[in-house]
Formats: sequence, C-alpha cells, structure tokens
Amino acid sequence: MGDVGAAPALSFRDVSMVFPDGTHALRETTFDVRPGEFVTVVGPSGCGKSTLLRIASGLTRATGGFVSVEPGNVGYVFQDATLLQWRTVQKNVELLAELEGIDKEERARRAAENIALVGLDGFEKKYPKQLSGGMKMRCSLARSLVMDPTVFLFDEPFGALDEITREKLNDELLSLFQRKGFAALFITHSIYEAVFLSTRVLVMSARPGRIVGDFKIPFAYPRSPELRFEAEFAELSGQVSHALRGAHV
Amino acid sequence: MSLEQASGTGHGVPTAAVSLEQLHAHEQVRVVDDAPHTTKPPRQLGDYLAPVIGFAGFIGFWYFMSYWALQHIWDKPRFLITPPHRVIDVSFLTETNRSALLAGLYWTARVSLQGLVISIVVGMALAIVMSQARWLERSIWPYLVAMQAIPILALVPIIGSIFGFEIPSRIFVCVLISLFPIVSNTLFGLLSAERGQHDLFTLHNVSRWTRLTKLQLPNAMPTIFTGFRIAAGLSVIGAIVGEIFFKRGDKGVGILLDSYRSRNQFPQMYGALILAAALGIVVFIIFGWLNNLVVGRWYESTRKSS
Repeated sequence: MGDVGAAPALSFRDVSMVFPDGTHALRETTFDVRPGEFVTVVGPSGCGKSTLLRIASGLTRATGGFVSVEPGNVGYVFQDATLLQWRTVQKNVELLAELEGIDKEERARRAAENIALVGLDGFEKKYPKQLSGGMKMRCSLARSLVMDPTVFLFDEPFGALDEITREKLNDELLSLFQRKGFAALFITHSIYEAVFLSTRVLVMSARPGRIVGDFKIPFAYPRSPELRFEAEFAELSGQVSHALRGAHV
Repeated sequence: MSLEQASGTGHGVPTAAVSLEQLHAHEQVRVVDDAPHTTKPPRQLGDYLAPVIGFAGFIGFWYFMSYWALQHIWDKPRFLITPPHRVIDVSFLTETNRSALLAGLYWTARVSLQGLVISIVVGMALAIVMSQARWLERSIWPYLVAMQAIPILALVPIIGSIFGFEIPSRIFVCVLISLFPIVSNTLFGLLSAERGQHDLFTLHNVSRWTRLTKLQLPNAMPTIFTGFRIAAGLSVIGAIVGEIFFKRGDKGVGILLDSYRSRNQFPQMYGALILAAALGIVVFIIFGWLNNLVVGRWYESTRKSS
C-alpha cells in the first residue's frame, strides 16, 4: 500500500539515543514511514524499540539526529491499556478529546462512533475493572481513534493477551488500518504478528539498537486470517526470524 | 480454524476479506463470556452467625472476668469490672447519667469532627503542594514525620498554656493527631498514577491543574479515603485526650471519664468507654460507606468482600 512518492509521515534520520546513565539505546537509526504504510519493528528485548516510539511521539528527546512527524495527530497505544479506572468506557474513550478541549457533544459523538468500531457497543457504562484484557485494549484503541491520528504508534499493545484474542485484535486492527488509512509504527516481539500486519518489517539489533534488516511484506490487503498458514507467509517469517537471530549476537 | 468455522456461520472456506461486523458478531459471544464476574456470591448463614457468636463470646468473657477471674486470679475487688447489665442499667437506663453521657458524646463528636475537617483541608492542601515538586516534598516531609513521632501527651500541656484550656485547644489536639495519615495517604495516592497514564497526559500538553484534577486526584481517591478513615478514628481519640487535659468548657466524654474515675463510679466509666468506642466505630462505618459511594463502583480492591 505504501505510497512511495509521498512525503513520509514519520521520518528518522541518524537518530541516536544515549541516556544520562550512559546506556546507549539507539545508534544512528534511519527509516521512514510513509502515509498508508504499516511498519513493524521487531528486535530482542531491551534493544530500544520502545525508546524509538517515545522519541517519535516526543515523550523523549533524542540525543542525536533528526525526527520529523507529519503535522496532525499522533496516536499512541501503550503496552498497558492505561485506562483511567474511575471512568466508564464511554468517558475513557472521550478522554483525549476532552484534554484537547473538544466540546461535549462532539466528544460523545466521536466516542460512540469509535466504541462501535472496536466492538465495545453495549459496554459504554462499564468500568475498566469489569472488562477483560482484550476489551481493555479495544477501549484503549478507541480512545486514540477518537483523535483521528495520521500517525499511529503501537508499543506492543497485544503482548499481554492470549493468542486467540491477539489474532482477533490483529484482524481488527488491519480492518481499522484499511478504513482509516493512518501510517503505523508498531512494536512487537512476535514475528508472526509483525509479518501478518505490516507492509514492512524492520529488524533491530541488540543494544545499542540499529536497523539490521528491512523486509517488504508483499501480501495485499485485506488480509485473511488464513494468510497465517500459507507457505509464503512461513517463508517470510523464517527470513525475519533468521535476521532476528543474527541481531541477537 | 477459520473465523467462519469458529462462529458456525460459514462453510469452512474463508473469504479473503473479513469485515469488522463479522468479527464482532463472533467476538461478542466471547467478550461477554470473558468479562470478569462482578456479582457478589450470595451471603451464607455463616456470614451472619459468626458475628453473633463473636459477640456472645465477648459478653461471656466480660462476665467471666467480672464474676470470677478478677477475684480468683488477681485477688482484686469485683467492682473494678462492672458486669455488662449493670453498666447498661446505671449508665443508659438511669436518666441523669444518660443525659450527661449523651451530652458528653455530643461535645466529643463535635470537637473531633471540627478537628477532622480542619485536618482534611490542611492535610490535602499540604499533600497537593508536596506533590507538585520534589524539593517541596523533601522539605516538608521531615516535619510531618517529626510531628507524628512526638508523643502527643508531651505536647498537650504546652498547647494548653498557649491556646488556653477550652474547646480550641481540644480541636488543635485533634488536628495534630489526625493530620499525618491524611497527608501521607493523599500524597501516596497523588504520586501513584501509572507512568503510562502520565505519558498519555504529557502527549496532550496538559496543564498541571488538568493533570491534578483529571488524573492524580481521582487516582488518589481510594487512598485518600483510607486516610480519612484512619484520621477520623484518631480524631476521636484526640478529642478525648484533649478533654482529659483541658477541663474547661463543655463536658465531653473525656471529662466525664476523668470525673467518674476520680469518684470511683465504675459503671458510668464503662458506659463512657462504650460510648467513646461507639463513636469511633460509627465514624469508621460512615467513612467506609462514603468510600463505597465514591470509589466503590470502579475501584478494584484486592480484598473482595463487604
């Protein structure tokens, strides 16, 4: 899908990151995410994948290089659902719009729309403690969708879920991706998740992280859940896995 | 297994595209199934029986101490522990004693409530200030700990000499004794919002005020209420301690306790003790109830009961 001619939605140029304690998290990292691209980064634990997202979102300032993000909204889905326990699903989904000063009616309208989109209709009045892990993630997703992000950052959002729920949410995320057309930067530990979701998979090395593999995933969207069992899928996953093993050294 | 097979609607051959609606039609079933159960288990007979047995045991023990143990084990006169029925008869069924005790209860409750309100206002304000900067927290905290560590009885005479021996000094003692749990619980709650939640607010460039009112304060509500509950109990104790020392002004339970003791009126003394305990219990229950009202719907306590 990636629109090769367009200006990148998110661009990293020689970005490096050294923390004050001396930890070298990222080394001259360069890559682009173009509008309509779904780029996934896989890498060993502690290789600076999350740092990448924190830098992209502006939560952390890189110590070297340039980062540019297309003007517009950046959506950020965290590892945990980070819902506010004292708010109902409805109020949680409205939160970001509330923080941005969007008026009440518009907020409620957008929330209703996105709650339906992630399949949580009927649960508007429930509190987070009444939701399962998968439902919490859906709620978190809907909360970000309310702001119609042009760039969407995902920090291992489905890592804590069981496999069945995870695959289901992968399918739904792709449907949302097609419908909304955001540019996505996704972090995961799972090679299969990466290959299934992405237009491109980047492999990062162990710390200090840098990109050691760049795989184009040619499967057309929409992708059927059955794609996971096709030979070509296995072949690509194997290649990514191989690159990842090299990255561990 | 394809989705169609799973939901039992298709014929096993998956189509390339799976619409959101299809996914959800399948998902709803699971979602409902998977949601944590929030209904409480029904109460069993034991839940009612246990407190009754406990109470019977307590009263039995009281009689045992009064009629037998005091004389035979400690060789002390029986009147030192008045049996329960005498306490009730003398303290609560005799008009003059009852009205003195109830008036005392009123004044003690009033003083402790006034002290508690001041503690809540001052304590929460302090905690909010301390939560705003590390250096503020570090400069104020040691004095709170010190205030907590100094025995209140040692301060009471000084307080009396400065502020007089009437109601204001009693209130002051209540504040001194109940301030710390409010500050520490509020501060702990304010500082314990998850990092991810803070990041979320940071991403949207919110003001300190917004972060405080929409994230930190609501997040702190459960611990704030724990603080209120502890402080309320302490405030009652503070009022009684204050009364025992500052005897001018209206008579509270503490003053009555002191005068009954000096006149060896043991039944009335036990009556006053029962009232003091009852006041503490009522305050505890009220704050528990308030807590349920405010945070009960959303707060996931680790102990799932009551």
